[in-house]
Amino acid sequence: MNILDLEQKAIEVRKGILTAVYHAKSGHPGGSLSAADLFTYLYFEEMNIDPRNPDMENRDRFVLSKGHTAPGLYSTLANRGFFPVGDLKTLRHLGSYLQGHPDMKHIPGVDMSSGSLGQGLSAAVGMAMSGKMAGKDYRVYAMCGDGEIQEGQIWEAAMFAGHHKLDNLTVIIDNNNLQIDGTVQEVCSPYPIDKKFAAFHFHVITIDGNDMTQIATAFKQAHTKKDKPTVIIANTVKGKGVSFMENKVGWHGKAPNEEEYLLAMQELKKAGEAICQ
Amino acid sequence: MSVAKIATRDSYGNALVELGKMHEDLVVLDADLAAATKTGVFKKEFPDRHIDCGIAENNMTGIAAGMATCGKVPFMSTFAMFAAGRSFEQVRNSIGYPHLNVKIGATHAGISVGEDGATHQCNEDIALMRTIPGMVIINPADDVEARAAVHAAYEYKGPVYLRFGRLAVPVIHSEDYHFEIGKGEVIREGKEVAIIATGLCVSEALEAANKLMDKGIDATVVNIHTIKPIDKALILEIAKKSKYLFTVEEHSVIGGLGSAVADVLCEEYPMKLTRIGIQDVFGESGPAVELLHKYGLDAEGIMERVEQVVNNE
Repeated sequence: MNILDLEQKAIEVRKGILTAVYHAKSGHPGGSLSAADLFTYLYFEEMNIDPRNPDMENRDRFVLSKGHTAPGLYSTLANRGFFPVGDLKTLRHLGSYLQGHPDMKHIPGVDMSSGSLGQGLSAAVGMAMSGKMAGKDYRVYAMCGDGEIQEGQIWEAAMFAGHHKLDNLTVIIDNNNLQIDGTVQEVCSPYPIDKKFAAFHFHVITIDGNDMTQIATAFKQAHTKKDKPTVIIANTVKGKGVSFMENKVGWHGKAPNEEEYLLAMQELKKAGEAICQ
Repeated sequence: MSVAKIATRDSYGNALVELGKMHEDLVVLDADLAAATKTGVFKKEFPDRHIDCGIAENNMTGIAAGMATCGKVPFMSTFAMFAAGRSFEQVRNSIGYPHLNVKIGATHAGISVGEDGATHQCNEDIALMRTIPGMVIINPADDVEARAAVHAAYEYKGPVYLRFGRLAVPVIHSEDYHFEIGKGEVIREGKEVAIIATGLCVSEALEAANKLMDKGIDATVVNIHTIKPIDKALILEIAKKSKYLFTVEEHSVIGGLGSAVADVLCEEYPMKLTRIGIQDVFGESGPAVELLHKYGLDAEGIMERVEQVVNNE
């Protein structure tokens, strides 16, 4: 898929995020939107997956360690054909399979249940280690939040991945610089993130995580790096794509009302049309 | 007559080697305690399938979960304190919630850890693990049962918490013993008094029952190796036949075997139950045998408590 098509897909993914969260009347739009371009690239370009065979043995795996941004993952999976886009409206509803946080037991395409911050990366490391031990060539991707990396378990996992030279693992840090209580810098700074991962023997790539061309270059580079896991520090804008949500921590875990929803969808429609021209 | 004594942690290591020979998908994870948890014997035999995660139990728990999603059968091993205590939430969310096929080999459970003292004596692990939906909990009584339990845990699809001890304990089962998850065992038939025990307290309860004969008390002894799912039918059958009912465990009376039996009784057949165990206190340093004596968990302590209850009627 070319860059313009991917950008177009990312618009659709963002629409799905808003639709899901709007109908749920709760959920996390901010961090879903910041990571929408990354989700899109992963599922429409990067990963070896088959929506008709989500449990394919040698598929690439993805763990959403920052599990609260499930709307981003679900919208991407739905747009990729793992389940109907129309089901996004059932997010967080009683009886829906679309749980508030990723649930591998009930959602096609979800490789690991996650949501309790800090835990997903370890599972991804286990998948990567398992692949190495079995001589399989699948790759494993994990996405963490910049706030999430305040969890100590992230660094236990990073130490292990670096020690075992898991070059089949790519970690993406969605660095939107906002967490619930403020900027990550104000709350408890994880910076410099790049030097920390480098110290744990990672290959570090820093990009604008809302720029599809830079995203593509970063993932391609990760493939070529041997004997080291890669971390892509993706500098993003929380709420990206919806003007009034951008860089506003208030949109971390809040659903838009009807007026806001319609306004947001209108903005995305226009953005999509602009790409077409 | 001398009875062979083996610590169930040794049984764990030996069973892993037996299973490793048969099953390529079995992997063993440890957190810098391979010599103590006895996974070191597996490491010697299968170095490529033994992963030392370093002193990072929470990460080890997640790695085990991730490997299970890829078809491996991980046995993750550390002390009960860290497996069930420190990593409780990782076990709940990364293993329990997705019901992954991870086996937790928790050694050094209970007060019989001994000299290391209260920080390492986990008397709460069964209570914690019981609250996780779908978790199987096995607390074997001796070497034969422990090895059988490890084999059964491998065959079972889903998360299993296996509880092992540091102290060498008498081997009370013969090699032809048939083990089945969730099925308790009557090891001594008596009258009126029944002692339901688990783990290393089973051999102590058996010895207590033999000594009680001299005092005119003929006690039934039941081995409940699987705390969850508990053998409700057997507990009710024993309760209905007994006038005095006891549970004995090297674990807090809060949330362990005593609580599990009480749960069954209060809903199905209310009767008085005396729970022998750690009475909501922290342990302390000392030789394991002396600690078991001080906390009333050896044959003598069990015997005294049974006599006390029976004679006070």
